[in-house]
Amino acid sequence: MSEGTLYDKVWDAHRVTELPTGQDQLFVGLHLIHEVTSPQAFGMLEERGFDVAYPERTHATVDHIVPTADQSRPFRDEQAERMMRELEENVREAGIEFSHPGTGDQGIVHVIGPEQGLTQPGMTIVCGDSHTSTHGAFGALAFGIGTSQIRDVLATGCVAMEKKRVRKIDVTGELGEGVTAKDVVLTIIRELGTDGGVGHVYEYAGEAIEAMGMEGRMSICNMSIEGGARAGYVNPDETTYDWLRETDAFREEPERFEERQPYWESVRSEPDASYDDVVEIDGSAIEPTVTWGTTPGQGIGITEPVPDPAAMDDGEREVAERAQTHMRVTPGETMQGYEIDVAFLGSCTNARLPDLRAAAEIARGREVHPDVRAMVVPGSQRVKAAAEREGLDEVFEQAGFEWRGAGCSMCLGMNEDQLVGDEACASSSNRNFVGRQGSKQGRTVLMSPEMVAAAAVTGAVTDVRELGVPAR
Amino acid sequence: MSAPEVPRVERVSGTGIPVRGNDIDTDQIIPARYLKAVTFEGLGQFAFFDQRFDGDTPLEHPFNDERFEGASVLAVNANFGCGSSREHAPQSLLRWGIDAIVGESFAEIFAGNCLGLGIPAVTVDRDQAVALQEWIDDHPDGEITVDVAAETVSYGDREVEATVDDAQRRALVEGEWDTTALMRANQNAVEDVARSLPYVDLA
Repeated sequence: MSEGTLYDKVWDAHRVTELPTGQDQLFVGLHLIHEVTSPQAFGMLEERGFDVAYPERTHATVDHIVPTADQSRPFRDEQAERMMRELEENVREAGIEFSHPGTGDQGIVHVIGPEQGLTQPGMTIVCGDSHTSTHGAFGALAFGIGTSQIRDVLATGCVAMEKKRVRKIDVTGELGEGVTAKDVVLTIIRELGTDGGVGHVYEYAGEAIEAMGMEGRMSICNMSIEGGARAGYVNPDETTYDWLRETDAFREEPERFEERQPYWESVRSEPDASYDDVVEIDGSAIEPTVTWGTTPGQGIGITEPVPDPAAMDDGEREVAERAQTHMRVTPGETMQGYEIDVAFLGSCTNARLPDLRAAAEIARGREVHPDVRAMVVPGSQRVKAAAEREGLDEVFEQAGFEWRGAGCSMCLGMNEDQLVGDEACASSSNRNFVGRQGSKQGRTVLMSPEMVAAAAVTGAVTDVRELGVPAR
Repeated sequence: MSAPEVPRVERVSGTGIPVRGNDIDTDQIIPARYLKAVTFEGLGQFAFFDQRFDGDTPLEHPFNDERFEGASVLAVNANFGCGSSREHAPQSLLRWGIDAIVGESFAEIFAGNCLGLGIPAVTVDRDQAVALQEWIDDHPDGEITVDVAAETVSYGDREVEATVDDAQRRALVEGEWDTTALMRANQNAVEDVARSLPYVDLA
């Protein structure tokens, strides 16, 4: 059993009671909702005649189905329009704040929470979306929930959970040139497995994590779920506080910041905290990393060969063989030179300002390969506006990238942005599952934003270090 | 309106259906395009859709195999239900007719969603999962019983030890998986916790 970790402290602070099921009832500090997983929950609530218990602790946005090309209403896609209307009606009736496209604050739920300062250390945060783990970057305890649990949270302000084990992942050393948070998390998942984190919460620590900005920490916590861990977090520190000071929550009210900070400090894991286990990853040994298969755990360094399934265990071998057939990759070869048709720079993993800056540095003065369609989908309207103030939109457009509106877009292919047929996509998103990007023959190669830009301009998976190393 | 009566799910019996492979994610169980709806109705027909059909052409898949029609116990391998948190995944299986799942391991959010729907998701070791899948292939009409209380899976003349998550066993066996009702009963204690948190400004 863990003791003295941030997880233990935040859990205890929010624990209401033990339920007859043996689960703990936890108070939820922030409930984020979006259009795909909430309407059924509102329906269940209505059926039972319950009101939303804490509308002021709930915040909505629209991201999954929102078009990123033409956002004028009604949306061209009737189903998308219907979902949007349902959300509008639900939040209006319940009195829930809604970052809709008209506010200039809309975006992917895991981008807007942190940028508005809704996400704070020591909070419990839930959302009907598995990438809610992202918010752990701020030292919050944040996890994805299903729709029946959304109903619970709407009706009671609480969620029923079982406490998990805590694994500390110490990323030591300094990351090499061209190596980003994305490469670190792909390496972690590769080493610990896609189900290695089941039953665990991951605490990310160590020199490499401490040296990262908030965006990098978010990329890492975001993909905790790809490693099977429902939540992942980083202890809050000066980097966290610097971010928070500039958010809507505290910009005008520094005294509120001062008031909250002692609590944030108090939830940090103790130096002598005990963990259920500790794993060390040598950060200095990580290369720019890409996936060769159809699970996020099937990753390799850019100079490494695709592994041979013959050398794997039974279960893994079968998955690898299926993946290699689908991806059309050959054991023994590296992924360099793997031709792509689409480059997607976006998603809750990697569509924040530093991600766009790094990719723009690679795109600047170059041209998207003639056989590639490339798109940039900023994580939020605010990210988009900030990037435009720096002229990044022009850099991308001059290079031949499409510059889109904010949303989940081609990460999961719920709007019009989808792969067609067997297109191969260099993607800064989080899942390379078969069919994930909208076509079941589609082939996804996960990588960092700068690697996506490098692939876009060369037409194939490329070691970004050959084109120059963007500042991070 | 009061809470609906909560049925107990001590055991589930029925014929089986095997779906093989590790890391079967929820995008495979229910592709994202079927999430474009405001209810879960009608999702059953779309379970595993992209594995079952190529355009209009049916492909070879257990969910298309008439031998397994009417099955209610799904037998799977490791890390089943990984990826997206979409409750649409277990909803589609439930609406197709699945009442219990036996596998090597389940992704956490998926398992939690099953609990919320009263679908036992029980684990057995790898060899047992494979043996069960093979037995179902040979006995598509054979009855399987998933006993949640006793933590066993029985079929033919075999009885295999299974692991049921503690909370799941208590919730299903004691009929207390309606967490909304359970938690609503503690509203005063919830207010106390909220008041104790430095970041909550209660009106």
